[in-house]
Amino acid sequence: MAPFNGLTALLGGGLIGLSATVLLLLSGRIAGISGMVNGAITFTKAETWRWSFIVGLLLGASLYEYGFAVQPTPRSTFAPISMLVGGLLVGWGTRMGNGCTSGHGVCGLGRLSGRSLVAVLTFLMTGMLTVFVIRHGFS
Amino acid sequence: MKNHLTALISGILFGFGLGLSQMIDRDRVLGFLDVAGAWDSTLLFVLGGAVGVTIVAFRFVLKRQHPLFADKFYIPTKRELDLPLVVGAAIFGIGWGIAGYCPGPAITALVLGIWNPVLFLVGMIGGSLAQKWIADQNQAKPKT
Repeated sequence: MAPFNGLTALLGGGLIGLSATVLLLLSGRIAGISGMVNGAITFTKAETWRWSFIVGLLLGASLYEYGFAVQPTPRSTFAPISMLVGGLLVGWGTRMGNGCTSGHGVCGLGRLSGRSLVAVLTFLMTGMLTVFVIRHGFS
Repeated sequence: MKNHLTALISGILFGFGLGLSQMIDRDRVLGFLDVAGAWDSTLLFVLGGAVGVTIVAFRFVLKRQHPLFADKFYIPTKRELDLPLVVGAAIFGIGWGIAGYCPGPAITALVLGIWNPVLFLVGMIGGSLAQKWIADQNQAKPKT
């Protein structure tokens, strides 16, 4: 893993904030990725713009990884079952709670939404608890 | 067309930002969630950088009557806290802690050409559709 770099972290975060601002100012939409996926997979005409966003995500990430990255992102692999189970819970939870790190975090906190603040604090807490149990709970 | 172009540009910025801030590396995210281990503060800087921009910029944007290319802002209107919000966020956090991916980084990590994000996204879409199906069933059921 590359050493900690606070500057690229802040700059990268700033770009994410800029992305959310562009989408809100121009199209009036919230840049929440779970909502983006949920809308995209309805495959209705009104939601096709969400696929453009997802294509953009892949283009932007490729541009960084293969054009600008000083060192390649580590391709660590992990037990497939934890990916499936983790994904299942993330899909279920973000649909039920109306958002993820981007919708509630980046955009919700930016709107000073009380619901989003509660959601962010909740998923940070359960995320940290889960990692604690997995990494330190059995030793 | 304008909305497609806006979404594409916004997506590119978002994806590049996730790459630059190393959020597509799941070990970095898990390092942040591991408060009892060798804590990695990267995610805090990323979220800080992002919210630092939106908290200022959104104030100005939302003062407008409408967005530049649309008739209205599509903003959540619900204000009250309810159980699905908290339970949903809690379940999301558990899955996040297990996999180290949330939806944005999982999609962008597809460009790394590894299977992990693929499996994660299959699970994620399945979980999302299952939750929607159950919620729809409950809604359709007449209240007794």
